[in-house]
Amino acid sequence: MSRVAVKRAWLAVLGVVLVAYPYVDRNNAHVDFLANAGAFILLALGLNIVVGFAGLLDLGYAAFFAIGSYSYAMLASPQFGIHIPFWIMLLVAPAIAALFGILLGAPTLRLRGDYLAIVTLGFGEIVPQTFLNLSQYTNGPNGIISLDQPSLFGHSFGFSSAVPYYYVLLGLIVIGVLVARNLRESRLGRTWMAIREDELAARHMGIDTTVAKLSAFALGASFSGVAGVAYAAKLSLVSPDQFQFNVSVLVLSMLVLGGMGSITGAIVGSFVLSFVNSFLLPQSTTLAHAAGLVNVDFTNYRYMIYGVILVVMMLFRPEGLIPNRQRKAEFREAATDPVLLAHEQTEYEDSVGAG
Amino acid sequence: MDVFLQQVVNGLSLGGIYALIALGYTMVYGIIELINFAHGDVYTFGTFTSLAILTGLGVSGEVHGPWLVAVVAITLIAAMLTCGALGVLIELLAYRRLRNAPRLAPLITAIGVSFILENVMQLWHGPSPIPFPQVVPNPSVTLGLVSVSAKQVLVIALALVMMVALQLFIYNTKIGKAMRATAQDRDAAQLMGINVNTTILVTFLVGSALAGVAGFVSGVYYGTTWFFNGFEAGLKAFTAAVLGGIGNILGAMLGGFLIGLIEAMATQYVPQGAQWSNVVVFSVLVLVLIFRPSGLLGESLPEKV
Repeated sequence: MSRVAVKRAWLAVLGVVLVAYPYVDRNNAHVDFLANAGAFILLALGLNIVVGFAGLLDLGYAAFFAIGSYSYAMLASPQFGIHIPFWIMLLVAPAIAALFGILLGAPTLRLRGDYLAIVTLGFGEIVPQTFLNLSQYTNGPNGIISLDQPSLFGHSFGFSSAVPYYYVLLGLIVIGVLVARNLRESRLGRTWMAIREDELAARHMGIDTTVAKLSAFALGASFSGVAGVAYAAKLSLVSPDQFQFNVSVLVLSMLVLGGMGSITGAIVGSFVLSFVNSFLLPQSTTLAHAAGLVNVDFTNYRYMIYGVILVVMMLFRPEGLIPNRQRKAEFREAATDPVLLAHEQTEYEDSVGAG
Repeated sequence: MDVFLQQVVNGLSLGGIYALIALGYTMVYGIIELINFAHGDVYTFGTFTSLAILTGLGVSGEVHGPWLVAVVAITLIAAMLTCGALGVLIELLAYRRLRNAPRLAPLITAIGVSFILENVMQLWHGPSPIPFPQVVPNPSVTLGLVSVSAKQVLVIALALVMMVALQLFIYNTKIGKAMRATAQDRDAAQLMGINVNTTILVTFLVGSALAGVAGFVSGVYYGTTWFFNGFEAGLKAFTAAVLGGIGNILGAMLGGFLIGLIEAMATQYVPQGAQWSNVVVFSVLVLVLIFRPSGLLGESLPEKV
């Protein structure tokens, strides 16, 4: 069998396993975990477009997640008496998130990489704070509750089982992967890679870098909007504290772990970290308690784990566990190639001069 | 008018703390073009260290006379040394290897270091705010229309002393000259026989020691701290550094005081201003970056350290 055929066979097996899973494992907690992990896979796929494909470090990605969630909370709940169906919101919310992506990106995308990072960080702080402060619309710290339950052919999803959400998220991830893959192979995707490798050169080749970067921001944000709708509907509530800086860093850690620019990496990285967060740490704490170590709580080490992942991966394996070939070459070459070093320096001087 | 002047005094005290932190951002950025995200947490670490020293000295309330001077001096020096050492450690372990990596890499590492430090401090003193002993007696003096507290005098005075000391260090010592040279052109500096790596280490040492001063001062000023304190303060101080012109020492000081003033005024004059003050500060950051990315002093004083 050719390599492609082998890959297809594995994908088919994986597909069957994923579709059949809720029928095999009747434990609702497991399915619930997988559905939540699915929302984070969507987030990682979206951030991968911005950070992985286009090389723009977005540290406020949770803001778009918040915008997606709050869109659903405001347009599909008793809050304002508006009840737009879940399925339509899956199209509306990404559009809203993309719009905010453009609004944020338009003035800031001409900034250098690290300035862009800090501005997005500021944006990531402002958005949840705004939802918190505008309490007459959002109920402030209490958040918005009893969001509409999605329904399909007249059957409401309900709260008793996570299985419907599991399938919705599985479907969304499949769509997300197809979109991301096609984007990467498209003209726009190659434009992003050109910008990521050398923005100056890309501009000189006639690429409209602003449009390309804006589309990366908008498309990345739209993934987050979809994830926000699904997650909010599943929880049936939103509150501002779900979207703090640590969520942005969590998604970034997922991406760094899996491999920036790699779609498989984004999925694996986010699955592994979700697993660590929701199973490994609580379970090992329970085990430690059972063994008589009552003062141990491994869940307190969560941020340490994100931090260590970011530092260790960047120092020793910047391309991630499942690297994108091109990205790996960039990380490996830049450290040794004098021509590339000179490029970096020129680019820096140019941007300082332009500033 | 008296309310306004009172907010000026408050803003300058806040600004003194921001300015001290901003100096560290601007020095490191000036020399290796890295936004040292962990710097805000080094500042919180300064508060935590000061707290540990005070506890070790058995100080839990106001002290007076020569003992006060001794306590403040010991705590301050210990905080500076600890934070300086922490900064050096971070540079050695996390940033040095990535000197020639793509720009994204050290930035991501810096966020990682920040999270590690925050988690360490959370494990140290728990997730809730912790009280900081009220070491300094706090009588207020009424000057005309405004009242100035002893703490505010301490904050502003310490900030100014440190800034003058820093200026003297950078412009009157050999290592200061080396720092300026490395900031201007690292390769040329190396060719001239400057040990660039040592110079960068000294930059981290000095910048982090100043964060240690800020950490002690903020403990005294606010009387409370928590592990996440450095995140917001760090962002504001970074905004200050950008506002003043990143890489520019005088700019960082000016920016720090300006951000303090802006925050104090927003708290007073914007409806429900205390809730919105962060939003105001970040909006300033975005506006500065869009309209004057070189900052206030960025062009008139191109030399950066």
